[in-house]
Parts: sequence; C-alpha cells; structure tokens
Amino acid sequence: MEARVEREPARASAPPRGRAIVITSGKGGVGKTTTTANVGAALAALGHKVVLVDADVGLRNLDVVLGLESRVKFHLLDVLEEKATLDEALVRDKRSENLSLLAAAQTREKEDVVTAQMVALMERLRERFEYVLIDCPAGIEMGFKNAIAGADHAIVVCTPEVSAVRDADRVVGLLPNDWRPQLIINRLRPLLVKKGKMLSVDDVNGILRLPLLGVIADEPGVIVATNRGEPLALDAASETGAAYRAIAAKLAGADIAAPSVRVPGTGFFSKLGSLFGGRA
Amino acid sequence: MLDFLKTLFNPPPPPSSTTAKERLRLVLLSDHLSLSPETLAALKADLLAVISRYVEIDSSHADVTFEHRENDVAVLASIPITGVRERTQPPAQATLPLEMSAIDTETHAVQIDAGSESVDTQAMNDTNASENGATSTPVTGVVSAATRRRRRKKAQNLANRSNANAQQLGKPAQA
Ligand SMILES: Nc1ncnc2c1ncn2[C@@H]1O[C@H](COP(=O)(O)OP(=O)(O)OP(=O)(O)O)[C@@H](O)[C@H]1O
Ligand SMILES: [Mg+2]
Repeated sequence: MEARVEREPARASAPPRGRAIVITSGKGGVGKTTTTANVGAALAALGHKVVLVDADVGLRNLDVVLGLESRVKFHLLDVLEEKATLDEALVRDKRSENLSLLAAAQTREKEDVVTAQMVALMERLRERFEYVLIDCPAGIEMGFKNAIAGADHAIVVCTPEVSAVRDADRVVGLLPNDWRPQLIINRLRPLLVKKGKMLSVDDVNGILRLPLLGVIADEPGVIVATNRGEPLALDAASETGAAYRAIAAKLAGADIAAPSVRVPGTGFFSKLGSLFGGRA
Repeated sequence: MLDFLKTLFNPPPPPSSTTAKERLRLVLLSDHLSLSPETLAALKADLLAVISRYVEIDSSHADVTFEHRENDVAVLASIPITGVRERTQPPAQATLPLEMSAIDTETHAVQIDAGSESVDTQAMNDTNASENGATSTPVTGVVSAATRRRRRKKAQNLANRSNANAQQLGKPAQA
C-alpha cells in the first residue's frame, strides 16, 4: 500500500483573500453610509481587520460619520493616480486599530475613476484586510458600477417605503448573477408597522426575497451618534448598536437569529417576529 | 356625534401600509415587464405553441403586449386564426416543435389570474382586434429580482443546450 503524504490545504500556499462587500441601495439617503460605518466598526470590534472604502466620489461622507475627517490627507483617487501610496492614504480609526478608512475625493467626479484600477485596488486591499466594505453612491450609473466592480458580495440597504423597495429591486437585478446579496432593512418604525402605517419586514422581503441580514430601527440615537462621529455600534447600551453588532457577527459567519427591534418611547423590547406581519 | 355618523357612512380607509403594498406590487409588475424583452419573446412563443394545438394561426402576424391599466396590468394577445384543426379532443400531452421545447415554462416572470381570463370586450370592438379575437388576461403576480436572476441563468443553460441539440440534428442554432 502506498503511503499517503499529508498535504497542506491549497489555501495555505496562496495568502487568504478578504471579502470585498459593497453596501448599495439604488435610492439615495436610505442609510448606506451609516450602515457601512456601523457594520465596519462592529466587525473591527469583533477583532477582524477591516477597511472602509468611500466610493461616493464627489460626496465624501464616511469620514465624517466616523469622526475621522481631520485625519484624511489623501483619498482614493490619489491612490489610483499614484499621487499617494496606499499606506499614506489609509486613515487609522481613533478607537480601533483594526479599522481603517480610505476616503473619497471631495472635488472630483465619479467618471474620473477607471474601473480596472478600482478593481486592482480592491484586490490589493483584500490581501491586507479580512473585510473591505465599499460604501456605494446612490444611483445605478458609473459610480455604482465602479463600486461593485471590485466586490464579491453585496449588502442591499432598504427602508420600508415603496420607492426604496422599488429601487432595491432594480439594483438587485443589476448585480452579477452568481451573487446572493443580503438585505438590511433600515429605519423601521415598529409602532407604525403595528398600526398598519408602514410596510413590515415581511411586506418588504416578500417582494425582494433576499436573505435577511438584519433590521435597524429608525432612531434618533443614530443621528446623535453621527453628530458626534461615534458609530452607535460601539455603544454597548444601545439596542440599535446591538442590532449592528448582530449584523457584523452574522456576516462573519456566526449563527445569529434576527435581532430584536426597540419600540421607541415604551422601553419595551419587541421580538422581531411580531413585527413581521403588521396589520393586514 | 357628527364623527360617529361620518365613520358610519364612510368606513375608514384601509391602513396605508396596505395601499403601499398594493402600489409596490403594481409598480414592480410594470418595472419587471418592461425590463425583460427575452421573457416577452418566450411568453409569445409558448402562447403561440399552445394556441396552435387547437387552431391554425398566422404566427407572423401575432402580437403579444402588456397593457398597463388603472388597477392591473394585462397581457393582450392578438393572434390571427387561419383555420380550425380537425380534432375534437385536446391532445393529452403537449407536443412542441423542437425549437420551442427548449423554452422552460418556469422562466416566465409573470403569473396570471387564470380564473378571470376573458375575451376583452373593449378589444373586440376594435375592428382589427375583433377579427383576430384579442384576449386579455390580468397579470396578478410578479417574480422577485432574486428569482428572476436564477431563472435567467437556467434559461441561458437551456438555450445553450437546445442550440447544441439543434446543431447535432443539423439544424441551424437559434439566435
Ligand atoms: N436607522 C436610522 N435611524 C435614524 N436616522 C437614520 C438611520 N439610518 C440613517 N439615518 C439618517 O439618514 C440620513 C441618510 O443616511 P446615510 O447618509 O447613511 O444614507 P446614504 O444611503 O449613505 O445616503 P446617500 O445616498 O446620499 O449616500 C442621515 O442623516 C442618517 O443619520
Ligand atoms: Mg452615503
């Protein structure tokens, strides 16, 4: 009988590549940037090496949401055009050394980005980080195309509104065929759902039919945290922060049930299940 | 008291989430229909295949369109009939021509309300349509983008396979 040589798995020879996940929505203002910052911060807090890429060239926001605006010296286009090295352009987060940011150019246009260069840059980032989260601009034009070009997975952010669901549906249709995008429903108001005044989680996902990554309530705390440049995901006392942390854990492979959503003003923590249906 | 009378005679409108859901259904229905010319072509081919089992038709002048109406979207089919088939019993099993057998009924992105299928009287009054016997069937369902993506892939595989078959038989492959 022939002796078998134990071999190292193939992966050990090639360096492991991180995942490049684009956070997209079609419709503007539904919470892509807020989601990117919070999920990124939560992933870093779990000990993963994370870089957040602001792909919204011309409308830089992610640095502000993270409170890192004063540290940005170079941006994505500087790196693409070799005016700065990647190391010079990466901004280290003040709270976590696992978290870095690559800011967008504020005074340039989305058309200035060469898609092939963007793909190559994402590849480089995937060699250095476990998670590359790409904050996609609104719309489905060039900026969207560049943002998804270097990614291998998508998170679709949608609010419980007709226009947002419609645009999310359109965006899902534009993503590569072999992706299985995941859904985050943002700005849900449980009381309104209960009163039949807002689309429920089931209403939204009955249409989109995507794997549900999480649900985030509409809550003033998100705005307060953004004012301060402190992601809510790092606030241990916040229920919404916990929802972001659950999303991060789920993304990282933990078997986590859908988080609960706080009913504002009642101090009552409602299990998500009861919010799925709403009134007929 | 006045309020009471008001609610008695005007029942409260349905919750706005119900309105939102219904509007969303219709808006996506029309988005999806206008988005997929391949689906429309497949639907037309299938429809003609089924109808030609019963009557002889002029498929070169057949027209299948979607009409967006106030409360629904309908499939309108206008298919000239050229003759009647000499057969009283419907065939037990569908026998499709080779080119058509590759079309998977699952690739259709529309679901129809078969119960309310009817001859469209409005279309019948139209001179052209009355000769052709236009049928109108409300479209009731819509398939999610995720499902359509899976089906698109499947349809592609089937089309590839059918092209390979046609080539084996010495027939020109479908475009
Ligand atoms: N869960 C929430 N509760 C309350 N406010 C929220 C929530 N999520 C986002 N917001 C607020 O909504 C606004 C838009 O959010 P954000 O900038 O993240 O959206 P976006 O999708 O990135 O927008 P754009 O398309 O312009 O890039 C911000 O003011 C943000 O604070
Ligand atoms: Mg944004």
